[in-house]
Amino acid sequence: MAHEMQTAVSSPVTDHVHFQTVEGEIREPEHIPHHKENFVTKYIFSQDHKTIGKQFLFTGMFWAFVGGLLSLIFRLQLGYPGQSFPILETLFGKWAAGGIITPEFYYKLVTMHGTLLVFFVLTAGLSGTFANLLIPLQCGARDMASPFLNMLSYWFFFAASVVMLISFFIPDGAADGGWTFYPPLNGLREASIGSRAGADYWLIGMALFIISSLLGGLNYITTVLNLRTKGMSMNRLPLTVWALLITAILGLISFPVLLGAAILVLFDRNLGTSFFLDEIFIGGRHLDQMGGNAILYQHLFWFLGHPEVYIIILPAFGLVSEIIANNARKPIFGYRAMVLSMLAIAILAFVVWAHHMFVTGLNPFVASVFVFLTLLVAVPSAVKVFNWLATLWQGNIRFTPAMLFAIGFVSLFISGGLTGIFLGNSALDIPLHDTYFVVAHFHIVMGVSAFFGMVAGVYHWFPKMFGRYMNHTLGYVHFWITLVGAYLVFWPMHYMGLIGLPRRVWSLDAYQNFSMYGDMNRFMTDAAMLVFFAQILFILNFVYSIFWGRKVTVKNPWQSNSLEWTTEIVPGHGNWKGPIPTVYRWPYDYSKNGDDFIPQTEPYRPGEEKLHH
Amino acid sequence: MGTTIVITIAVVLFVLVVFQLARMMEYVSILRGEEKSRTDNDQLQGKLMLVFLIGGFIALGYSLWAMRDHLWIEPAAVHARWLDSMFFITLFFTGIIFVLTQVLLFYFAYKYRHRPGRQALYYPENTKLEMWWTVIPAIVLTTLVIIGVYRWFQITGPEPEDSMVVEITGQQFLWNYRYPGPDNKLGDFEFRYISGINKVGIDFNDPASRDDFMATEMHAVVNKPILLRIRAKDVIHSVGIPYMRVKMDAVPGLVTRFWFIPTITTKEMRERTGNPDFNYEIVCDQLCGTGHYGMKGILVVETQEEFDAWAKSQPSFYETYVKGTEEEVRFAQVSEQLKKEREGQAQKGAKH
Repeated sequence: MAHEMQTAVSSPVTDHVHFQTVEGEIREPEHIPHHKENFVTKYIFSQDHKTIGKQFLFTGMFWAFVGGLLSLIFRLQLGYPGQSFPILETLFGKWAAGGIITPEFYYKLVTMHGTLLVFFVLTAGLSGTFANLLIPLQCGARDMASPFLNMLSYWFFFAASVVMLISFFIPDGAADGGWTFYPPLNGLREASIGSRAGADYWLIGMALFIISSLLGGLNYITTVLNLRTKGMSMNRLPLTVWALLITAILGLISFPVLLGAAILVLFDRNLGTSFFLDEIFIGGRHLDQMGGNAILYQHLFWFLGHPEVYIIILPAFGLVSEIIANNARKPIFGYRAMVLSMLAIAILAFVVWAHHMFVTGLNPFVASVFVFLTLLVAVPSAVKVFNWLATLWQGNIRFTPAMLFAIGFVSLFISGGLTGIFLGNSALDIPLHDTYFVVAHFHIVMGVSAFFGMVAGVYHWFPKMFGRYMNHTLGYVHFWITLVGAYLVFWPMHYMGLIGLPRRVWSLDAYQNFSMYGDMNRFMTDAAMLVFFAQILFILNFVYSIFWGRKVTVKNPWQSNSLEWTTEIVPGHGNWKGPIPTVYRWPYDYSKNGDDFIPQTEPYRPGEEKLHH
Repeated sequence: MGTTIVITIAVVLFVLVVFQLARMMEYVSILRGEEKSRTDNDQLQGKLMLVFLIGGFIALGYSLWAMRDHLWIEPAAVHARWLDSMFFITLFFTGIIFVLTQVLLFYFAYKYRHRPGRQALYYPENTKLEMWWTVIPAIVLTTLVIIGVYRWFQITGPEPEDSMVVEITGQQFLWNYRYPGPDNKLGDFEFRYISGINKVGIDFNDPASRDDFMATEMHAVVNKPILLRIRAKDVIHSVGIPYMRVKMDAVPGLVTRFWFIPTITTKEMRERTGNPDFNYEIVCDQLCGTGHYGMKGILVVETQEEFDAWAKSQPSFYETYVKGTEEEVRFAQVSEQLKKEREGQAQKGAKH
């Protein structure tokens, strides 16, 4: 009891969060107390996981729009080099003098595009939204284990966003040394214009971001492990929850390392330490900062950086698995293999980081070990793809916009995943490293496919979030333009990489070996504009549907088995009006024994064949 | 400005039209009965899946055909040919998987599109099948790892004894090349000696440095191994030579290395490509600041005779630019200072 009272003080919801006693019996107050909420506690400093999820989604979508726009601007320079766009000068002044994007501006755009998309959209926007929304709803919990920390998690993210946003408007502009932020380029003020104040903003913004991610992650893990409803054993969890749990564990272990690296770079920049600096002659003087190692930073960075790409893709795995099973009206094929393969990917995530560093002068023997471990990742990835295909086989597929994006996800994941087999093999990495082949690889396998997973999730759970449907026709237009367009933008980049065209070049003019790719660049820029245009349709659809979309009139619009569809159409604070439902089976009993679907809350019928779930 | 406004208005109008049409569709579907319009839609989307599959492969084929002259550059070094064959082996396996999985994905989506009255098959698992598609990729990947690691050790192993050596030092935003001169030995360096003249910090106290010369281009002898000793002065750079399939980072504070055997001279490549101005280009492959995109170098591959003639024409750096100049005085001062510092450190060390 003392424990209950203590938590009740720190948060208004926990008093109706149930507590599982040692005997496994569930105690819950019969009456759910109603708290008076005002506008601020309901919509701004809310502790309701669903509202926090929406806050992550809105902020993530804002950054997706900004980050996408940044890429359009630098694609203008790549596609139309030397051509003047007066509007750019009107908007950006000296950064686009004469209507032409300056190299300084170009590198800022590239850097912030990467930072925003990787961290602010595909990490916070994706995990933040769906872990918050789905973990309590699908586990059968009233809220997160600590709603207060959960609220802090969002507001740290918000603070990080504000710091990053301010860095766009300071005199020397935002950071410009690439999203990987390698020192000494980013560690020395003399090295680049963006390495002045912009880099400090970047580091502080990232530090805040990491705190947000850790607070969120702790909560997700605790909630999944402790607050599942009666009957919800681990092997009855929807794959979304499994994916989000594993993602949170990955983040919890790897993000602190990046925080350490960011703080050390801040020290190098501002306190005269030399963790990453050695024998540097810059701006006409010899630096006193000696004895560090620039490669050490890369080890620290990629120890987070590689798990990070799985932090991005795992939630998409989960969302897509759920959506494919639901819309194919079939159980997800090989549930256990799906969970095991995610666990395998998560474990391997920590022992493959140096494959980003094959050409840094890494010891060749060490590199060869990383080759082996890296290519191992392809095995569980292949299992996942084959299992999704097997789920579609003999299905009865409904093509909701969510399902289309889920299928698009699988296609992109295949295309982008296979090129990883080239890059993970150190010898082949030599010619391909840091070329457009890499840009193609990670955009398709991580960027675009995770984006597809996220969009699929938004379409699928929009009715749960807002009690309305998004417009399907617009969804179809959005999907087909985006899928075709994404391939048109990123596929040709493989070809550019094959001849060694380096990434992060403002102009190809200096080289004659690459001049033939000018036309291709223009084509890709035009395709990128088309794709961006389709995203505007999506945003319009999203905003319009929140207020005026077709209303949801049934509790379970997708005939789904999982718990979130047993709540009210728009659940209030505390999620279920009455007691939390008890769970009797796994969430994938679709088309079993002639029943289209059997919700998790249905007890097994006499004589019904039981899986191990 | 005028065109911008026109384009903006056109885009806005188009968005509005699409948006209104989409809203209308929603009402139409309600009027026609939701069940029926959903089924119709499933037919349409299912067929579009097939269209995308076929269209996608046609587009892929077309793009390969249209770009056929620009997809591959002739490997001009011994290991470059190994890497190319490795690339094609990898492409073969991944290509099979790519076609197989994409075809199944979109074909299944088409074939098993929703039709009223049909029911999906309850088929939650098949351990045997799953075992197969775990084991087969594992075998394929093991093969690729073995080939890859074998080649990797060959490429990164010790350079042949008859290798020539060149030091390449990156700085924002150019490359410096230092050759060992007639004694075939690169002199020592020390970053504190770096100055506006002594760009890579040659240590003239080392007798081997006295005949070293600095070049504006990298020269290599055809069919003769060449070892690059790679340094950086300020930030990280990366030496990339696409035709040679060479890439290695240049890291301040470290010396990295990469050796290769060029097999085609610049002259011969000019004939093969039909481009009289052809040059092997050296690219900076690691973002190094605002001028990164222009950090280009030239590699000249030539016969031994041509190389010897060129090397002979290059004056010793020390003799030409340092000896008897202010730079020599400056060098002596720094040298003296360094000596004191080292002695000071040695004494400190002795006390402890």
